[in-house]
Amino acid sequence: MTQFSPSIKTALVTGQPASPKPVIRARKLSRVYSEGATELRALSGVDLDLDAGQLTLMMGPSGSGKTTLLSILGCILRPTDGRLELLGEDVTSLPEKDLPRIRREAIGFVFQGFNLFPTLTAAENVALAMDIRGVRGAPARQRADGLLREVGLQDRMHAFPADLSGGQKQRVAIARALAGDPPILLADEPTAALDSTSGRAVIELLQRLAHHHGRAVVMVTHDPRVLSYGDRILHLEDGRLVREEAAHHSPGGAQHFPPFQAVADFVKEIPAEF
Amino acid sequence: MALLARRNLFHDRIRFAVTLTGIVFALVLIIIQFGLFLGFTTTTSNNIDHSNADLWIVFHSVGYFDTGRMFTERKYYEVLSTPGVQQAEKYIQNFANWKKPDGGVENIQIIGFRPGSGLGEPWNISQGRAIDVKQEDGVIIDELYKAKLGVASIGDRVEIGDHRARVVGFTRGIRSFTTSPFVYTSFKNSLNYTRPQSREDQLTYILIKTTPGYTPAEVQKNLREHVSDLDVYTSEEFSRRTRFYWMFTTGAGLAVLTAALMGLVVGVAVVAQTIYAATMDHIREYGTLKAMGATNRYLFRVLIEQAVWSAVLGYGFAMIVAHFIVQASEKGGALILMPIPMTIGMFFLAIFMCVAAALVSISKVTRLDPAMVFKG
Repeated sequence: MTQFSPSIKTALVTGQPASPKPVIRARKLSRVYSEGATELRALSGVDLDLDAGQLTLMMGPSGSGKTTLLSILGCILRPTDGRLELLGEDVTSLPEKDLPRIRREAIGFVFQGFNLFPTLTAAENVALAMDIRGVRGAPARQRADGLLREVGLQDRMHAFPADLSGGQKQRVAIARALAGDPPILLADEPTAALDSTSGRAVIELLQRLAHHHGRAVVMVTHDPRVLSYGDRILHLEDGRLVREEAAHHSPGGAQHFPPFQAVADFVKEIPAEF
Repeated sequence: MALLARRNLFHDRIRFAVTLTGIVFALVLIIIQFGLFLGFTTTTSNNIDHSNADLWIVFHSVGYFDTGRMFTERKYYEVLSTPGVQQAEKYIQNFANWKKPDGGVENIQIIGFRPGSGLGEPWNISQGRAIDVKQEDGVIIDELYKAKLGVASIGDRVEIGDHRARVVGFTRGIRSFTTSPFVYTSFKNSLNYTRPQSREDQLTYILIKTTPGYTPAEVQKNLREHVSDLDVYTSEEFSRRTRFYWMFTTGAGLAVLTAALMGLVVGVAVVAQTIYAATMDHIREYGTLKAMGATNRYLFRVLIEQAVWSAVLGYGFAMIVAHFIVQASEKGGALILMPIPMTIGMFFLAIFMCVAAALVSISKVTRLDPAMVFKG
């Protein structure tokens, strides 16, 4: 089992950041892809601290290293250089065989294309994630039912993915990602394939999982509709973390990014006649 | 895991039907080839195996049953006086011509025994009795050869070697490995039917029943010391020699075994191809499982479970098909046997075949990069 630090455990139980120690700490993360004599530097010296209870958005143009960074944070890809700590544990020093355990115990994934298993129902998809963790039978079914209720799909538990809308599929995927009760949730453009209503439902759900359940939620996105939901926005370009913005929370709970350069730049580029 | 394995396997019914067809085809092919091998093997030595004799005395250097050579009756009396011999019976095996009622001629093998002796008699008698061949010119043939020999029922008359013969009984399922059916008759009649090759004072084999208290090996040793120019085999030895001759010296068995082996190879290839294609159809799902933290061991078990399901269902269907083929073979010229040990063995062979076929897919999936889930 992963040995989480006591302060992180407290954060997970209470949903409140209990310690200054971040859930994710990255130092000088780099990733170089080699193909013959050619080298491609996908990530260069990224430093990052991400706390429990926050929804962090990761933005940048194609090829900026977002997906590479997400893959490294998810222990799917190893950095070429640098150090990554998840829940206080240095995962870069762990042998390859230990990484599936970290992914099972600490991380939940949400994918752009949902990646649901088409031959399984919504409930079975979630139960499968329990099965990987060694939980089977009635406890797995009960947990799956509970998670699907939590994401508002109590009426669609026995539907197959082909019979679900895009938004419903993504909510099943989120329920599945929560099966192991992970402190970290990594989402790769989860709203990209969704209409505005479904997209809003999904981002609100992710925000709730961060704010009310104390998870560190990291979301790669190109979707300007979700910007106002993030607690932090990280901008990557050419494999570097070039800018970071934090939300300003109003007393009523809404949040905004006053100096939000990306939106301003985007608006400027819109032709006047549009 | 079990659910995913089953659902992925059964979801695409057409692909699953192709997989099953491949497995069933391979298994039935193997069953038929091995069944034929067993059937042939059993057929070559059936007269020895059902002789109820402990020992067989044969002319020196006779290697197998169907080429027995005649030797003098004097040896019979030498045998009788050997310690440990409780009963000795003269036995004839020789080829002859069977003239059918319509005038056609068939080559047959005459088996001459002493009716009522309990040694070397026909078995599985469906009509008549073995003792009935005591009647002058009485013969017993197998039901399988009624049409070939041009007879239909008891009492039908034919000619064997220019001597009259009359059908007094039928057996069921006594095949000849050669094209010449066995025709059972009394020792006395058999001498008439096989002239001029045989004479009154000659015989082909002597069948021995040992005295209680003596082992066949002891009596065999005594006979070798007492009787010259003849070989003495236990029934097991003579049976094994006969089987080995027909199966391996002639190459007939090797051909059948090679075909069975080819069935196995074709089966593994067909199943490997279909399981691999099914795995590749779901490759992104396996990548997702790895990203979610599934171990290679977990994925291994999913694929092995699919292979085992394929094997069990394929085996079930193959057994049904094989059962009908085996039943049909009982009325045909070539016997296909499927004894219980072979039935059990085929189950494990099916499992082995499908698991071996899944290894390529397992290798592919365990080397899968989970980062693929973030690509397109």
